[in-house]
Parts: sequence; structure tokens; C-alpha cells
Amino acid sequence: MVESKLVKLAIEDERTRDSIKSALPHFVEGRKKAFADVDFEEWRERASSIREETLKNLDFYLEELKAKIEECGGKVLFAKDKDEANEIIGGIARRFGAKLIVKSKSMITEEIELNAYLERSGFRVVETDLGEFIIQLARERPSHIIAPAVHKRREDVKELFEKSLNEKGGDSIEELALIARRVLREKFLEADMGITGVNFAVSQTGTIVIVENEGNVRMVTSLPKVHVALMSLEKVLPKFEHLALFLPLLTRSATGQLLTSYINFITGVEEGKKFYLVILDNGRREILRDDKFYEILKCIRCGACINHCPVYRNLGGHAYGWVYPGPMGAVLTPLLLGIERWGHLAYYSTLCNKCYEVCPVKINIPSLLVELRRRLVEVKRAEASPGIIERIMIKIWGGVMRDSEIYRRFVHFFSGILRPMTGRGWIKWIPLFAWTRSRWFPSPRKRMFRDYWRHRK
Amino acid sequence: MKVILFPTCLVDALFPSVGIATVRILEKLGIQVVFKEEGICCGQLAFNDGFFEEAKEVARKLIDAMDEDLPVVSPSGSCISMIKLHYGELFRGDPYEEKAKNLIRRSYELTDFLVNYIGVSDIGARFEAKVTYHDACHTKGTLNIHREPRELLRHVKGLELVEMENPDLCCGFGGIFSLKMPSLSSLMLDEKMKNIEKTGAQYVTSTDISCLMHIGGGLLKKGSSVKFIHIAEILANG
Repeated sequence: MVESKLVKLAIEDERTRDSIKSALPHFVEGRKKAFADVDFEEWRERASSIREETLKNLDFYLEELKAKIEECGGKVLFAKDKDEANEIIGGIARRFGAKLIVKSKSMITEEIELNAYLERSGFRVVETDLGEFIIQLARERPSHIIAPAVHKRREDVKELFEKSLNEKGGDSIEELALIARRVLREKFLEADMGITGVNFAVSQTGTIVIVENEGNVRMVTSLPKVHVALMSLEKVLPKFEHLALFLPLLTRSATGQLLTSYINFITGVEEGKKFYLVILDNGRREILRDDKFYEILKCIRCGACINHCPVYRNLGGHAYGWVYPGPMGAVLTPLLLGIERWGHLAYYSTLCNKCYEVCPVKINIPSLLVELRRRLVEVKRAEASPGIIERIMIKIWGGVMRDSEIYRRFVHFFSGILRPMTGRGWIKWIPLFAWTRSRWFPSPRKRMFRDYWRHRK
Repeated sequence: MKVILFPTCLVDALFPSVGIATVRILEKLGIQVVFKEEGICCGQLAFNDGFFEEAKEVARKLIDAMDEDLPVVSPSGSCISMIKLHYGELFRGDPYEEKAKNLIRRSYELTDFLVNYIGVSDIGARFEAKVTYHDACHTKGTLNIHREPRELLRHVKGLELVEMENPDLCCGFGGIFSLKMPSLSSLMLDEKMKNIEKTGAQYVTSTDISCLMHIGGGLLKKGSSVKFIHIAEILANG
């Protein structure tokens, strides 16, 4: 069933839904204001072209990136899948005798479950992005790619800090932030290694770019003696000047900020320090080869689609079952993890088109969702593939809609059959896909429009 | 001037008054209306469900039925959006490609046709009520039609137009979505109905009977005092 257990749980969770509904307008209004005096269509057309061109020549730019970074003293390693990536990063931590690792927010590290791997291998890992810090304490997964703890309220966090940190007194958001700041400051100073994600990696100069508002990335990348950055292979940008388009596009789309409080441009490495960039595939090269689905790799992880999605609005992030929620998650997750078990996400959409309208790189997500559905029909044996009953009904539908006499007789037939249940044109109960659980069903007419037309003459 | 009316499958079978109202509006403007019995359905249901071949079979019938060099006018944004947005890719490389492109060029949603093609915003309608307008997703999002319905409504004598909160928030119908995710669909319907009722309007209207039958069916079950009415029925009044 498409409405999985996670969906049912989400529907019952009124509290989380209310938290999300009160948080989203901030992002939506912020984004609208930020783009008010900008030619968004022109910006995103350019951004889309640059992403398309980059994806077409990805290997060239990745090689250029590697060469430039190593020229500046860093080291670039390619990981085919999550196991390889985890081993590489674990290996680096071991080599430098790291005991405490500090991390900044990175969806790709969630994807490969890096924290769990490192902890199993005996390292202590602390998330330093406030949202991630909160959900790490709560032992939860992030529910949004930009605001991982969007589903949490102030009271939840206060309780969490009391229980897990033995810190009382977090009565306001400011106080909570100050507690986190104090706790994290110690960790930054103690840490042996810092792990971050990457927003963009500029191949022309070998620069990795990380945006942030809290200053934790600054700490994570400059205090410990080793910095490991993990990125998925499509995040590369050919030229440094492209940042002038992509950075404001990203920040405005994500939070409505003209620019974030800090932007880290990291080229090369300081004397006595080490920098590693791990570039992860994990199924993306296969997506790249698909002439329809490669488009999802244009994504710059702004979260705008998530913020505008009416389905996400009501379900929240956890109902999507994995790391990436909302429209981009509904496309990416089945592509990375397989439509056999994750195809149901393709139906988590009314195709309202809002995601496509706000996407800063013009990814036609509704079209990709419909294509996923088409593949589910084709493949037949995926869990979410239409079953035999649905296929028969579509065949009947087709037969009815192709022939005006059959169509007329079909409607008249049901109008007759359903008459006993019909009161003033409406049916209050009918066992049809739970329709009447929440609404009355309009009864098929004895006198259709075409009947009226025939009798007009 | 002559146009082909495309009532759509839902209007024809479930809400014929919308089709009748559309005819009345067009004839009031001196336009001759033609109806092609074979033009039943745009095929969107199958297409959105991933059954492209079945959708194409139905779409071909529509293309054939509408194969006369006249504008095609429909009281449904979502069906016109299906034609304009998807018939091109659906029939790429197909023998029907040229005919499909031709149909795309001359298909219009009703309010778009009235305001932008004919150039009229006041058709002399009268409807004494407080009305709120719901922006159907395809009509506003893909066809960019949202100014036109409101302009037409503002010229209706006796009509007070009030805006609901988030008028373009999806109502939760989404065609097969309402069948595949019924609980979520009804949750989204709840929010839409709440926004409508908060306006104090007596009627909710839209360009799409698909949204309206979902919203209206919900309002009826709830015992709400708010009624639903298609914009064509308002404009044909008086």
C-alpha cells in the first residue's frame, strides 16, 4: 500500500505537523522577499545550463578538481559506495589517532551513515550544527535537509538538554543556543579531526565552498589538525565566477537570506594540517547515464522544493523513510535505493508543480515522478507497481474513454445502479478507495452533458 | 466566431451544468459552439499513473475528435494543462505529433479564453453572494492563470470576492493521489476547507470541477454552510 505505516504515523502526529506548518512560512516568505527584485527565471535558466553542462562533462571537471586540490597540498579520494567511503574516512581517523571527531551538517554523511560507522569503530563523533546536535542527542534522523530539527519545538529541546546534557535553564531559544555554544566550544578545542560536507567544489581553483550561519564550519575546518570533506560527485562547479550566481541562488532559495552569515572558501591546506576530499558515487553514475533521471543530479540542496510541497507540509520528513524528504527525496531515494522497494515515494505527490516552480536549477520534479510511475508500471514486480486490479481498471477506463457510445452507456448504467444510494445527486457512502470516509461522492448523471446537447437541437 | 467546446469527462458525466453554463457564456458573446461527441477525455488519469500507452490511446481519440481548425475551449484548467504540457512529449516521434502540436496551439481554458483571447472581462453576469476563489494547481502553476478568473469575478454584479489564506494551496485531490493516498488527501482537504470557512464566504469557486468535487464533497459531508460552484456557473448567471 502506498500509504505506508510511516505515513499513517505522520498523519496521526498532529504536534509535529503543527510545528512544521508554523516553521514553513518563514522559509516561504523569506524566499519570496529575497527574490522580489531579482529576475529569478533568468538566474535559474543560467544555473540550469551550467549544471547541465557540468553533468555532461563530469569526469573532466572531477579530474581538474583533483589535480588542483592536490597541487595545493590536499588529497582527493574517490569512493564507489558507502562502505568504501566509510572505510576511507575511518582509515584517515585511525592514521591520525583521532579520538574525538567534530562534524558539521552534511546530508551525504547521513546517506552513508558515517556517524554510526565511526562510533562502531571506536571514535566519538559530535555534530556541531545546532539542528544536527539536537537530533543527535535525540537519536533521530534529520527531517529536512536544511533545517534538520524543524520538527522539534523549544520545549522538546529544553527537555532534551536537561536529560542528555544535564543542562537546566534553557527557557528561551537564546539560552538554548548559548548552552549548545558552550558545550560545543569545548568539543571544537578537543577535537582531533573535523568532517564536513561541501556545498560546491570549484574545479578551476580547487576550492571547496561551505555556507553556514553558526560559525561551526569555521571551527570544524580550522581547529582540528585534519579536515575531511565528503561530497557527492555531482557537486562540482567548473568556474570560480559561477559562485557569484550559485551562492545567492542557494541562500535565497534555502532560507531567504541574501547570503549566509559565513561562507567558507577553502583552497589548499595550512602548514602542518591535512585536508582530504572524499568524492562519493553511491549509485549516482548510474543515475547520470539515464537520459531522464540525470536531471535530479542538478540539485544544489537548497530545500526550496521541500518548503513549498503540500505533501511534505502534512507528512513531515520522517514519513519519506530515509535521508532526503520532500519532492527531491521522492525522486532521489528510489533512484539510489531502488524502485523495487522505494517506488511508493513516486506517489507522494499531487503533481501540484510548486517544486518545479521554485527549483533554482529548473529540475522538472513532477515530470520525474511521473516517469518513476511509468517505470513502476513497466517493471510490474516492484512493491509499489500497480497490481492486476489497477491494470484492469485502467484498461476498462481506456475502453470507456475511447468510445462515445460505450462512455454514455457506462455512465447511464452506473447512474441507474447507484440511484438507490443517491440523494440529491450525491452518494454518502460507497466502497470506492475510501472516498466517502471524508467526502460525499457525486453520482453519475442520467442526463449527461451530451444528452442535453443532443436534445438541444 | 466558432469554437469547439471540450466539456471534459468529469463535467459530461458528473456535472453537466458546468458544460451548459459554458455554452451559455459563449453564446451570449455571439460565439457559435460546436460539440464533438468523440472528444471525451484528455487521458490525464492514465498518464499521471504512469500508463502512457493507455493515455495515448485516449488522447488520440481526443486529437481526432478536435481535428478542425477552431479554438478548443474547456472549463477545466487541468485538462487543458494536460494537452498543452504533455501532448508534445507524449506524441514526440509519433504519427500524431503534428496534429498534437496543432491542438496544443489552439486549446484554451475558459477564463483565459474570455479575458485574453476574446478580450472581455465583463460578460454582464450577476451573482449576489460572498465568494472565495480556489487556485487549482495546474491552472495557476502550469498555465499561469490566476489573474483572469479574479478579474471576471470582480465584474460580476452583486458578487463580493474574498481571498482565503493560501488560495493556491493544493486541495489534496490530485486525481489518482486521492485514491492512492486517501488519508493524506483528506488531511489536505481539511486544511483547504478550514481556510475556506474562515473567509465567511457562502460559495467557493474555481476553474476546475475536479478540485471542486473533492472540496464540495467534503463540505457537504461536514454539513458546512459553504457551497461550491464552478466559475462558469457564476459567469452564466443573470
